[in-house]
Amino acid sequence: MAVEMELQPKMPKCWNLATKPHKFCPGCGHGLILKALGQAIDDLGIQDRVVFGCDIGCSLLAWDFFNMDTVQAHHGRATPVMVGLKRANPELIVIAYMGDGGGYAIGSQHLVNAANRNDKITMILANNTNYAMTGGQMAPTTMPGQKTETTPYGRDVKEDGYPMLGPEMVAAITHEGTYVARGTVSKLLTLKSYLKKALENQISGRGFSFVEVLSTCPTNWRTNAEQTWAFLEQTMQEFFPVGELKVPPEAAAPTAPPGAVEGEGE
Amino acid sequence: MSETSVKPGCPVAGERKVFMTGNEAVCWAALAAGAEIMYGYPITPQNEIMHYWTRNVPKFGRRFLQTEDELSAGFTTIGGVLAGRRAFTATAGPGNVLMQEPLSMAEAMRIPVVVVIQQRGGPSTATVIYSQQEVTLTCFGGNGEGLRIVYSTSSLQDLYDYTIKAFNTAWKYRFPTFVLGDGYQAKMRESLNIYDPAARGIDMVPTEPFVGKPGKIGEGREAAHLRNAYSVEEELEVAMARDTSEYERVTPEIIEYDSYNTEGADIVVIAHGIVFRSAAMAVRELAGQGKKVGYFRPITLRPFPREQLQQAVARAKMLLVAESAYGQLLKLVKENLYGGPCNLPIKTILRPGVGITPEEVTEACNALLDGKGA
Repeated sequence: MAVEMELQPKMPKCWNLATKPHKFCPGCGHGLILKALGQAIDDLGIQDRVVFGCDIGCSLLAWDFFNMDTVQAHHGRATPVMVGLKRANPELIVIAYMGDGGGYAIGSQHLVNAANRNDKITMILANNTNYAMTGGQMAPTTMPGQKTETTPYGRDVKEDGYPMLGPEMVAAITHEGTYVARGTVSKLLTLKSYLKKALENQISGRGFSFVEVLSTCPTNWRTNAEQTWAFLEQTMQEFFPVGELKVPPEAAAPTAPPGAVEGEGE
Repeated sequence: MSETSVKPGCPVAGERKVFMTGNEAVCWAALAAGAEIMYGYPITPQNEIMHYWTRNVPKFGRRFLQTEDELSAGFTTIGGVLAGRRAFTATAGPGNVLMQEPLSMAEAMRIPVVVVIQQRGGPSTATVIYSQQEVTLTCFGGNGEGLRIVYSTSSLQDLYDYTIKAFNTAWKYRFPTFVLGDGYQAKMRESLNIYDPAARGIDMVPTEPFVGKPGKIGEGREAAHLRNAYSVEEELEVAMARDTSEYERVTPEIIEYDSYNTEGADIVVIAHGIVFRSAAMAVRELAGQGKKVGYFRPITLRPFPREQLQQAVARAKMLLVAESAYGQLLKLVKENLYGGPCNLPIKTILRPGVGITPEEVTEACNALLDGKGA
């Protein structure tokens, strides 16, 4: 019996090895989200049918991240480009990947209407509570009291409102066939299972799927590893509960391997 | 790419004479050209393009998506083209303003979208009726260099002909292509011939997908990585040098114009779009009376028929520019006369948002011929 030796960390098959190591900052959550996404795509064996659409903001750095067809769009506009593609060729599996600014601010009308139309696309949104690419301004998801470049004294909810609850909004406005979840980069196996379900929801033609992912941005948060993790695990999750918000009955079966240990070895 | 849903056969059999509105003519042209999907958002005066299109969608196996705004209409059209479809949208006025964001992406990525613009009054909401105030926006909108192709139509026959042509120009040269009409052409009825392009020997340029091509990645095809963002100045410079030189190289193949009686004319009237109709009528009447008047009509406003304009006015003593805008065509004329006979006096009829009649052009020409000035 041959013993299979694998070098760790193992990269997903659909990653573009020529562009690794990737261009995200040290400690950034994007690499983890795209790892979980890559594994989900590998598991489903859909690399050749996927069109990955990235937005503006840090997500644009993923324009050559995968060895898959990729289109880098404008800020907030990955969604309509992917909607247009899917409408023109329903056989493709399209993913719109963006940050919280792209999805919840400048592109919110596209999110709301794609969700309401039940467009058969998968949206993945990284929530790191700020506009990171432009240097750390307040985002719709910035936490109450959180200091950013445009809220230097902390986000004042009386002036600037509360963090936007994206998945809750999407769950509220969508009808049957929609998959909505919020994952976190601290639980990669669960995140992968959400992403897989989101993709399966599209593949099966059931409808719109949306996954927000709580992510990290130590560069703009100005946090060390311990503080970064505490912000992600405690501060953010007080406001942004992790879990599935809407699961079509047909998609309810768990896709995470049974007995998998969360937060280890990933 | 998945099989197209388009039913075989051209929706317009052979050729026939019809009496219809311009918006209807655009719809039939797009159907006849084999356009597979339209994305659109309501704005007057282009709405009926969508109305006729949606009524014909099931009959001819086409598709339609009504989007949440013109940003989305433009970006979804880009998505449709990336999927390899002959895709188009239509808009006007403030919608044209919003549309410039996606069109700037189409320009950057050489995505052959086709856009029909039915100009309405501006700035801002202005009127839903008519103008020629979207010339600068359509030719040079976006944060770029205006690497697009803009056909200015002056009749419903033009709307039909150039809508078909726009798909071929876009897919052949891979620059965003516009059919620039206006609310008058959109809403009025006149006779025109509609036809199956094949019946006139017009081959439709084949389309192809940019993404989602058949085959496995790494075995027969590579993954497409399409972007419009660059890391450093020099990368952008290389991309722009490639696109601008390509644009200049194909310009002589694309430019179209019309001229009449310019050889010996003292006055050359310059007009485009529906105002050209008035100009042409006036000039032909005056020429019939033996007066030394001619006209020049740029059909492509972008790229502009520069040498042809310079040649047409080479012996003129005076130019008369007439447009339903406050100097947008005039700006193009002046810019393109540079290096040619650019010391000619230019008289103008500039009526932003208002139509210009043949009588007004005749009167202006007579005043100039009499030495009274316009």
